[in-house]
Amino acid sequence: MEGQDDYILKISNLSVSFPNEQILDNINFQLQKGTTLAIVGPNGAGKSTLFRALLNLVPHSGKIEWAGKVKIGYVPQKLSVSDIPISVKEFLAFKGAMNIDDPLGKVGLNSKEILGKTLGVLSGGQLQRVLIAWAIIDKPNVLLFDEPTAGVDLDSEEAIYRMLSELKKENDITILLISHDLHIVEEYSDYMLALNKCVTFFGESKQIMNPDLQRMIYGEPVCTENIEHNRRSQ
Amino acid sequence: MTDGSIFSLIIGVSVGLAAGYLGSLMVLEKMALVGDALSHVALPGLALGILFNFNPFFGAFAFLFGSAVAIWQLGRITKLSFETLVGATFTLALAIGILLIRDLDALEAALFGDLTVVSLLDAILGVIVSIIAISLTKVIYDKLVLGMISEELATSTGINVARTNLLYLLLVSLVVAIGIKITGTLLVGFLVVTPAAAARNVSSNLFRYSLLSSIFAAASACAGVLLSNYLTITPGPLVVLSGVAIFVTAVFIKWLSKFPSVSLRSRVGST
Repeated sequence: MEGQDDYILKISNLSVSFPNEQILDNINFQLQKGTTLAIVGPNGAGKSTLFRALLNLVPHSGKIEWAGKVKIGYVPQKLSVSDIPISVKEFLAFKGAMNIDDPLGKVGLNSKEILGKTLGVLSGGQLQRVLIAWAIIDKPNVLLFDEPTAGVDLDSEEAIYRMLSELKKENDITILLISHDLHIVEEYSDYMLALNKCVTFFGESKQIMNPDLQRMIYGEPVCTENIEHNRRSQ
Repeated sequence: MTDGSIFSLIIGVSVGLAAGYLGSLMVLEKMALVGDALSHVALPGLALGILFNFNPFFGAFAFLFGSAVAIWQLGRITKLSFETLVGATFTLALAIGILLIRDLDALEAALFGDLTVVSLLDAILGVIVSIIAISLTKVIYDKLVLGMISEELATSTGINVARTNLLYLLLVSLVVAIGIKITGTLLVGFLVVTPAAAARNVSSNLFRYSLLSSIFAAASACAGVLLSNYLTITPGPLVVLSGVAIFVTAVFIKWLSKFPSVSLRSRVGST
């Protein structure tokens, strides 16, 4: 078992509720530094809300403890870029960074070709790469990706996850990502958190292909004592 | 040109630049109709200025400012869209304003603008208000655009989206209040909306878009004021017609750019 200092995030009794609706109910889990956590679950399970709570964008109860100084890069699920005449250069400049060639190179984009293009005309894969470049531009140590390959073709999807994997290794980044693609979860994440308003499973991602587990995750929610799962999986 | 004509031109160009710059955000925010409708809210304030013999600009600004804050708060509480809230209030304001202004000449000036009585003080006020509005908008421009792209993304970088939107609405109120002098309450929304729509047709980046929007609005106001002096008719409709000519030209250039053989293609939307 890893020492306590290796944890970058500890969540205890986290709940989020909106009027007349409980979105997250008593979430508990811990995450080690330098690992990738995939968050899975049916639509409306509270996956994106969990991210918003981690970013302190929604009111919540319970404890969210980040270890030491964390700098979080975030890529949300939905962006409205089609009607806004903004170039890639202008978009990345919002972060105030002087050097935008490096992050673009890291995500496999040629800055000379891409910087002058309007965000709205980029392909799904290009846009996702630009968003990842945006997220890593100020060298975060935690990345939150809400469905990083939504609207991207299969080849680009694999390429983006390979790139995320390399970024994690090179920069010792902890990644939390939301995905519906179980193959991706198995291949590119270390742990998975199954949500259905409460935690229905927390464990190693290689277990995701177990049909009984899939039925548990996507069927009727059965909340677990997730901290115990976490401990057993270490 | 007379002094009055020069003052009219100064106020027209400066307010045009500010209205075009702020309007570029309003069109992106899909709040074009809000900009138009919001301008009508100024009428009761203008009426009070006329009735109690103080500068109608201050009355108009007070009403626009108050309405903007009220609409912003109502939007936060009720989650209704700006369009709905502005739509619900602007006709009421228009009705109250028309009832309060009994002098038909004053009503015409309030509705359609009047540059015949522009003083040096008006011109100076117009320039100062425009400089303040452009400078403050420049500070929040990126924040507002990021909030339009994704409110969560903006908030996650530490931007207070609600407060930034409120400041923007207040700046719009300021510019609309001074713009009423040129085009009147019925037509001032034009200066905020149409030049930006024209610029959107021929821009592929924010810098070019906001710059062209400002230039188009200033050119519309300038042409309208000059024609008004020349033809001795009310300036509002002439400003609108000048701006529409620019809009049609921009749409035509965009249409031409679809044909690969047209040399304009390399210029339009590629800067």
